Amino acid sequence: MSNSKVEVVNENKLDKGSFFAKAWERVNKRDLFLLLALFGVIILNSISIPNFSSITTVGFLLMDVIPILLLALTTALIIISAEIDLSIASIVGLSAATIGSIIQRGDDMLIAAGAALLVGLIAGAFNGFLVAYVGLPSLAATIGTLALYRGLALVVIGDASVGNFPEEWTSFVQGRSELTGIPFVIPVVIVMIVWAIIVLHASPLGRGLYALGYSKEAAKFVGVNVEWTKFVLFVASGLMASIAGLYWVLRYGSARSDSAAGLELTVIAAVLLGGVSIFGGRGTIPGVVVSVMLIAVVTYGFRLQRISDVILVIITGLLLIASVVGPNIYQKIREKLDSSSRNKKASSVQ
Amino acid sequence: MSRASRQRKLSFKRAFSVIALSAAVSLTLGACASGTPEAPEGSADALSITYIPKNLNNPYTTVQLKGGKEGAAELGMTYLEVGALDAAADSQVPFIQTEVQNGTKIIVIAANDPTAVCPALEEARAGGAKVITFDSDAECRDLFINQVDEKEVALGQLRQLFDQIGGKGEIAILSATANAPNQNSWIKAMREEIASNPDYEWDVVAEVYGDDDDAKSFQEAQGLMQAHPNLKGIISPTTVGIAATARYLSTSEYKGKVALVGLGLPPQMKEFIKDGTVTAFALWDPSDVGYLAAHAGKALADGTITGAAGETFTAGRLGSYTIGENGRIIVGPLLEFNAENIDQYDYITF
Repeated sequence: MSNSKVEVVNENKLDKGSFFAKAWERVNKRDLFLLLALFGVIILNSISIPNFSSITTVGFLLMDVIPILLLALTTALIIISAEIDLSIASIVGLSAATIGSIIQRGDDMLIAAGAALLVGLIAGAFNGFLVAYVGLPSLAATIGTLALYRGLALVVIGDASVGNFPEEWTSFVQGRSELTGIPFVIPVVIVMIVWAIIVLHASPLGRGLYALGYSKEAAKFVGVNVEWTKFVLFVASGLMASIAGLYWVLRYGSARSDSAAGLELTVIAAVLLGGVSIFGGRGTIPGVVVSVMLIAVVTYGFRLQRISDVILVIITGLLLIASVVGPNIYQKIREKLDSSSRNKKASSVQ
Repeated sequence: MSRASRQRKLSFKRAFSVIALSAAVSLTLGACASGTPEAPEGSADALSITYIPKNLNNPYTTVQLKGGKEGAAELGMTYLEVGALDAAADSQVPFIQTEVQNGTKIIVIAANDPTAVCPALEEARAGGAKVITFDSDAECRDLFINQVDEKEVALGQLRQLFDQIGGKGEIAILSATANAPNQNSWIKAMREEIASNPDYEWDVVAEVYGDDDDAKSFQEAQGLMQAHPNLKGIISPTTVGIAATARYLSTSEYKGKVALVGLGLPPQMKEFIKDGTVTAFALWDPSDVGYLAAHAGKALADGTITGAAGETFTAGRLGSYTIGENGRIIVGPLLEFNAENIDQYDYITF
């Protein structure tokens, strides 16, 4: 009897602190670790690299990182559901080529932007159709469309490099705040990030994505419309790629058939570093955002010191390997410590 | 159980305080940062000049930069070189940004694209830097160091081809990247000359791009011969392209049957002259281009010249130069190489 009384009192005490305890439980430890790493790198760079601590860094770094960040959001969703989209950079290039060829003909920028988004939607829908309804493995299908869309970009714009975009558009995209150095387009990017967080972490669709990542059959039995979900994911990926393409064209003031070539590997590396498992079923948007920023800050710091890109590529590769191998090692160490402490308790009880 | 939850709360509090502290420190460092990039210490002592070539891993680039190093050392300037590993349009932008942030006063760049590099270069100029393009022009610069007059480059190669195969037959062009300003200006001059000159009745059946990549150029050369077995001549106005094409031809059945002309580096092309694959090719001394750029840069930074037509300045061992229209400076005449004189040019080496 007295035991239950004590328990009741203890529970009340726990309730007061349980909000933090609950929050602590929900927070992904790996994301926190990445965040600490990000702050650590920022501090390290600020101390050791001259000229790093300035609003110029904020401006340039954010402008460089935006396409990768945008693409990483939808790519994370896709990889969590155990698929992959390798054609994203080619869709960026195709959108850029579309914009370039329309502007070259003398038409309005608004038409060009609308056409680019439409192209992204169609490209994504084609990917989605191949993966969801025809049933092709996404790796194979998107390797094919990677080449297809890049080839179409060459058909659309040829060898031309189109420049001279309308002043209002380029000055908005390239513009930065005088005070903080933050680019004007950042609010739009933040809206996208919030949207991705809501979709993945606070909606039934998001839970369905995790389910899909664990097992397609189980997801179906739980009521997820597998085909429709995958189709929508690839359409979203295509649309996001065309938005990134629009940004790319206006930011560099140049539309070419090879715009953003090779970007898909950087995006996927950042997504995997952010804790998304390549096998699906695990990962968070905040983790991905932090890891994109982490790679961006490391890259920027190296470039600012004029360290060769060769070393940069090596470091990024090592980071990626560490991000995959690290949790495994951590897990093994924990298991060893747990079992040794259990052995100690067992022996002390005796 | 409560002990375990207390432990959880403790570690949460600890972690939270670490995160909060790191966030505070990194944000404070960012906020305390200077509003504008400060000039690096010691910049008042030695002027620094940064070279941004089309791409690294390119022997032609190495020779140019050698000349740049020589010129910078002669004038007591600090020499820096940065560059990407590929010649894509937007690859150079992060490196220009680095120079903007580090406050470099003289930037010498071989543009991969006439417009994509401009937004970043304009920021550099707004910050007080002098921008010189060399080898490959862009729109937003104070001076353009042109190795040889474009028309002369085109006419020289056409003349060499005419001497070997006469005025009739199918020919093809193997260029670098599709948007390279220098290659495109030479090819344009070539096409104009072929159209207007009654002696030149060639049929230009193909124009392919090796992207200044050795493997790709080799494959393009293979493709050309397969697609057009009656090809009589190939013009390759890029040192990477002509070396790869010569390598392919010298081991194929077409050796001696297809005339290869273009722009090549003597040390690379020597073996092909000796074994008969190539009869004649042309170039200039690339290190002169880099050397002249250093002197022009110093003259601009000192205020000796402003880039207006008609101004003159002295460039060390190369003598005195007059600025032409639109800020163009021609370095010298086209050098033609063949079996007789190839041995004299071993000094153009990397």
